[in-house]
Amino acid sequence: MAKELLKGNVAFAEAAIRAGCEAYFGYPITPQTEALEHMAKRMPELGRVFLQAESEVAAINMVYGAACAGVRVMSSSSSPGVSLMMEGLSYIAGSEVPAVLVDIMRGGPGLGNIAPSQGDYNQIVKGGGHGDYHPVVLAPASVQELIDFTVEAFDIAEKYLCIVIILADGSLGQMMEPAELPEMKKVRSVKERPNWALTGARDRDPNIITSIYMDPLVEEELNRRLMAKQAKIEANEVRFRELMLDDAEIAVIAFGTSGRVAQSAVKTAREEGIRVGLLRPISLYPYPYERVRQIAGKVKEILVVEMNSGQMLGDVRIGNEGRVPISFYGRQGGVIPLPDEVLEEIRKIQSRINASE
Amino acid sequence: MQTEIIISGFGGQGVLFAGQLLSYAALEKDLHVTWFPSYGPEMRGGTAHCTVIISDDEIGSPVIRNPTAAIVMNLPSLDKYEPLVKTDGVLVVNTSLVDRDPEREDLQIELVPANEIAEELGDKRLANLVMLGALLNHLDVLSIDEVGASLKRHIPAHHRDLLQGNIKAMQRGTALAAGEKLAT
Repeated sequence: MAKELLKGNVAFAEAAIRAGCEAYFGYPITPQTEALEHMAKRMPELGRVFLQAESEVAAINMVYGAACAGVRVMSSSSSPGVSLMMEGLSYIAGSEVPAVLVDIMRGGPGLGNIAPSQGDYNQIVKGGGHGDYHPVVLAPASVQELIDFTVEAFDIAEKYLCIVIILADGSLGQMMEPAELPEMKKVRSVKERPNWALTGARDRDPNIITSIYMDPLVEEELNRRLMAKQAKIEANEVRFRELMLDDAEIAVIAFGTSGRVAQSAVKTAREEGIRVGLLRPISLYPYPYERVRQIAGKVKEILVVEMNSGQMLGDVRIGNEGRVPISFYGRQGGVIPLPDEVLEEIRKIQSRINASE
Repeated sequence: MQTEIIISGFGGQGVLFAGQLLSYAALEKDLHVTWFPSYGPEMRGGTAHCTVIISDDEIGSPVIRNPTAAIVMNLPSLDKYEPLVKTDGVLVVNTSLVDRDPEREDLQIELVPANEIAEELGDKRLANLVMLGALLNHLDVLSIDEVGASLKRHIPAHHRDLLQGNIKAMQRGTALAAGEKLAT
């Protein structure tokens, strides 16, 4: 398919449709509302389900219900709306059914504002809802990645019977870029749905999907099953991109929009002769700890750039295992760091390295 | 080679659409492009702006501090972006709504009475395209013909009757910037 100029929110919604999403439940919130609008128009045209729920709490529980029926289902929201979904997400995780959620993050905490932010990192990447679980979290940095990862999210969710969250920010939702949409996939018939799904128990034993296990030993079996699944996810699903790290003395680590901003700064710094490279983690869970560890073994310093107060910084520290100094540059409250600010941080590190030699 | 353009004005002056038009033309020329809008409450009557970055290489940050060119449709936009345009860059000023001269001497400055020209052409909503035309005279990356072709393809169906007016508006802007006198 040819490239089109697409707005991030519209792009991921259409990508989900083409990936065979049969049901969308949501509630409007800036800066992701165009996704809901697109779904409201397209889903009924295709004979699929669009429902604007009375709240995000209701929307995520509708997602839970549809997921139990074995259909491809998703929701999308932005930070305060996603907070409201946490209970439902935990029930989905405990029930081991597949679901896809897109969080177009905005400034916070509280009602905050509608500007781009990465302040939900810890909430989303570390689980969010109560109990012992991890959603798979993918962080796109372009409209094309928003499309590609949304399509992939449905496959990952079904492969591991887990939640996959696309973690992006207001700038990705609102910006337009040329991107290519996938071909339309056929929606599964009821007969083609997975064998665990609740499709009516005619001519078979009933399936039971639940997240309540009153006996701690039985609950522990679920927890162990989730742990085994997470081990597989950690082995198979680590994703990252990198740039000019081969001979780098300084590694910048940044995800999503921060990663793009850092990329501009890294390229300019290279033109100035600074040996700097970029690691852009894509899977935030599972985190590329091993790659961070390898990089920390080669560079002299690491710079973490985020649109928050330093949340992924914790994961970089885990991967670094104390090997090299880590500095942090962040903007908060919905402010996007500009490439020249990041460049200045890189220059500072370079002069520190020069001074110590 | 990367060209960064900021288009800024009041909400309703068509700055977001003017930016999209450049973006479509860039896409149709197989260039990399990002269009980044302001999307806050400013869209309802305050200032609105968008950043368009066009490049022959992959684009990193979709936002920048210092653009190579700026179109300013009103005084707050002139105050904000005049100091930020890169040396030797382009500043296109809508003199219809700006009551001071730009101060920078290291820029290519284009003074365009866009509202008056638009009204002369019969529709004050054409001011954005007059300004865009004036900018295109200074840009190497896209020609007025390329942008005009994109306009034909992407003008919303309910505005199709305005197509010729839009094209004329762009031509007037370009001609003004090129120092040509057009019979009115």
